[in-house]
Amino acid sequence: MDSFSLGSALLQYTVSGLTIGVIYALVAIGYNIIYNVTEIINFAQGEFVMLGGLFAVFFAQSLHLPIFLAFVAAIGLTGLTGFAMERLVIRRARSSTVLSLIIITIAVSILLKGTAMFWWGKNPYSLPPFSSGRPFIVLGAAIQRQAVWIFAVSAIVVVCLTLFFRRSAYGKAMLASADNPSAARMVGIPVRQMVLLSFTLSAAIGAAAGVSITPISLMEYDRGALLGLKGFGAAVLGGLGQFFGALVAGIVLGLAESFCAGYLSSGYKDAVALVILLLALFFKPEGLFGSREAAKLKRF
Amino acid sequence: MSRLGECVSRSILAGFYVGLMLFLAASGRGLAAEPYKIGAVFSITGGASFLGEPEKKTAEMIRDEINKQGGINGHPIELIMLDDETDPTKANLAVKKLVKEVPVIIGPSTSGTSLAVVGVAEEANVPLISCAASHKIVTPIESRKWIFKVAGSDSHVVGKMFEHMKKQGIQKIGIMTVSDGFGASGREELLRLAPENGITVVADERYGPQDTDLSAQLTKIRTSQPQAIVNWSTGPTQILAVKNWRDLGMDSIPLYQSHGFGNRKNIQLAGKGAEGVRLPLARVNIGPLLADDHPQKKVIMEYTKAYEAQFKEPVSSFGGHAWDSMHLAMAALKAVGPDAAKIRDFLENTKGFVGQHGTFNFSAQDHNGLSKEDLEMVVVKDGDWALAK
Amino acid sequence: MTRKDWRIFLLTALLIAAFPWMVQPVKAVSHYVDVMVFAGIFALVCLGVTMLMGYAGQVSMAQAAFFGIGAYTSAILTGRFALDPWLAMPAGASLAALVAWVVGIPALRLKGHYLAMATLGFGVIVHIILNEEVEWTGGPSGMADLPGLHVLGWKLSTELAWYYFVWGTVFLALLFCFHVLHSRVGRALRAIHEEESAAEAMGVPTARYKVQVFVLSAVLAAVAGSLYTHFVTCLNPSSFNLMWSIRFILMVMVGGMQSLWGALLGTVLMTFVGNEWLHVFAEFEILVYGAILLVVALFLPKGLVSLFTRKPIVHNA
Repeated sequence: MDSFSLGSALLQYTVSGLTIGVIYALVAIGYNIIYNVTEIINFAQGEFVMLGGLFAVFFAQSLHLPIFLAFVAAIGLTGLTGFAMERLVIRRARSSTVLSLIIITIAVSILLKGTAMFWWGKNPYSLPPFSSGRPFIVLGAAIQRQAVWIFAVSAIVVVCLTLFFRRSAYGKAMLASADNPSAARMVGIPVRQMVLLSFTLSAAIGAAAGVSITPISLMEYDRGALLGLKGFGAAVLGGLGQFFGALVAGIVLGLAESFCAGYLSSGYKDAVALVILLLALFFKPEGLFGSREAAKLKRF
Repeated sequence: MSRLGECVSRSILAGFYVGLMLFLAASGRGLAAEPYKIGAVFSITGGASFLGEPEKKTAEMIRDEINKQGGINGHPIELIMLDDETDPTKANLAVKKLVKEVPVIIGPSTSGTSLAVVGVAEEANVPLISCAASHKIVTPIESRKWIFKVAGSDSHVVGKMFEHMKKQGIQKIGIMTVSDGFGASGREELLRLAPENGITVVADERYGPQDTDLSAQLTKIRTSQPQAIVNWSTGPTQILAVKNWRDLGMDSIPLYQSHGFGNRKNIQLAGKGAEGVRLPLARVNIGPLLADDHPQKKVIMEYTKAYEAQFKEPVSSFGGHAWDSMHLAMAALKAVGPDAAKIRDFLENTKGFVGQHGTFNFSAQDHNGLSKEDLEMVVVKDGDWALAK
Repeated sequence: MTRKDWRIFLLTALLIAAFPWMVQPVKAVSHYVDVMVFAGIFALVCLGVTMLMGYAGQVSMAQAAFFGIGAYTSAILTGRFALDPWLAMPAGASLAALVAWVVGIPALRLKGHYLAMATLGFGVIVHIILNEEVEWTGGPSGMADLPGLHVLGWKLSTELAWYYFVWGTVFLALLFCFHVLHSRVGRALRAIHEEESAAEAMGVPTARYKVQVFVLSAVLAAVAGSLYTHFVTCLNPSSFNLMWSIRFILMVMVGGMQSLWGALLGTVLMTFVGNEWLHVFAEFEILVYGAILLVVALFLPKGLVSLFTRKPIVHNA
């Protein structure tokens, strides 16, 4: 008989909740980068995750690149997609109302998804884990090696972003153009370039999440929307624009889902995460880490 | 010339003319025969596209094949195929459109879209041969006079699975089902049939069709210590179930999958992890494993070879449904011509029709015509199917 | 309604009345009447969306949920309890109104993306409930064999009967919406849309009006849901998911959300685009659909109605 204690189960729920939670957090950070610079919610964010995963499959399986090269190449190519999206579409629509910007990003997401469907078909694809081997067994709970990689990738992304925004001139300029675009323009910051950079960066981060999760959960052309939705939830829960908030909120949502599936009802696990989100919004409308004043000033 | 002679020669001439006219009329009909129309609604895009794709390919392949051979009684087949995008509303619209044009419809692909159209076909008195599984599609039979289905019911699959479990001495099972029409129907049958087979369901977990991780559900099942796990889903979640089951080190508990796993692509995607997974499967998937004297061997091997040669991908259960529905429709057209009411009667009285999914025996009470004996229990072995003992 | 609106109203009504007689003789398009029944049902939802989004400036990603509440209330009451559809329909509308009121009070205090997220979350929760409460809703397999609809003892059995019934309802709803817009509520809504804090400072009870229009949009969607149930006579949760909420918004935006006429135009057009016209592109359909959206959003941000008017339509009382 399989011996398995309740403690191990608790640990197992925590591990799976954390794994999916950091993915949500990465998606949420992608939303935040663009939101910070442009106040646009980019509904194509989930598609970047999907593209990242599928590009990696292409590089690793069709071109037989080693997995780490495929990882980097997929991030680069997805970043380029974000770049193109800004140059070809968003730039033409900068004067549009916020609602038509939303429609535009939805349209782009449909186009990306449709293109992916042609390129890869409708079947799911798998990717080998970054390192092979049996999962680690800790107190009866299994931790997949790929989960460790997901934590590592997220940690690297968070550290790099923090350094980028705190230390580099580009990062500071991006924050400044977010704060006050006309003032930023006046002190000579090329706001347009900052917008371009934000789309590229955010696509690349989405892709990093996509490549890391594909070995665990496979990837297919229509996976983007749901991941995007969960990530959007995390971004709002954490307070739009708040990087640290996104990280915490993503993990909270992931854990909530996992514990709910484990202890309450697996059918209602998504609902529970959403109820938490609604309650948080009703009682703290600016998100867990957002500031009330800032939320009031945002247009739309 | 004598009067008699004139009379004879005239009648010969007349006979010649009549004969010529008849010949011309007959060959004329042969040359410009009206095509026989078959309507089809499949989920070629959208969530269930993995069903609709092989169905579409199969239906088109059969059409081309038959038309190359000169059609049915000299009438070419015209296939009017519409995509419902896995959307019940669109399926409803598509069938409304088709009932005005065709005497018989095949499809839709899923239970949800099928249930959305049975009323339309029923009202329009056009026979419809669904490719989906839910028993609700053909019951209650009083209000399903015009509806048939070629996919076996979930009760057959569950029956076959439980039969195998009993042989293995398994009494306590944990089940996990996807929360869509396919999973819900499977769950219903698993819970309904367990008691009469002496099986206890100790855990009953659900998940969404796009979930990325099932380890929480599996862990919860583990804590209730079942002797076997049943996963019932389609698409990527059934591969996730296999992967997570391996990774969590739960492989000492046997894993049963639904017939939805019955596609070789799934074995490829799950890799070595899939070894030992058990599932009931329609014989269309395992043509080469069948004994040479099996009644279905010939049709299955022919279809398998033709499909795999043309599309460079393995056959699937779903394409098999399209084969069965298409050939039933053609058999009816051949026997009674393009008359909706006669086609319905023909279908209802069809017995011993050897198809991809079994030997169909329709009757006024049974518009499915299959049983659990039309399935085989298989196990994944060395990256391929093998008959389970 | 302004004189101009009356003129458009009469013209549209005439066009709608004549439409079946124009398409039915032509075999290739004779089923367009069917498509138009769906368009009419969706138009009811979209009128609500326009009131809420176009006039009050509040975004809701939950309209499919209210559509579903109406549809399922009708289905459960008529299918399981054999209640008369004409009693089930107001029951569904009342339930939707109640839910909209309870959710609206806290949700409409939120703004912009936060409001979008809150309504979206609520919508997804309703969809999950429809999926999970198998005993009531039939779960993901849905419900079938639901009753049709009788109007004044006369069964709506043909598409044509449904067509005139549904579009008659749409025009009644349209009149009602115009009436609301020209009342005190309508003026307050426009004030809210323009500058909410100013309206509030002037003593307009903005919160109350916002909730009221939210409830109105929910009721319209619920009635549409009931009609949908009795027309299709089967239900499935996938017709009420988030994608549909987004589709309703897209219909309104394509038409032009500054005007109720825009909502009608957009709904009819997008229903045909989504269900009919793109079929010729087969597999490419999804790309063409995306491209159309992109072009409209980029080049016609005020929707198709802006082609017909030089300046935005303003409904002065």
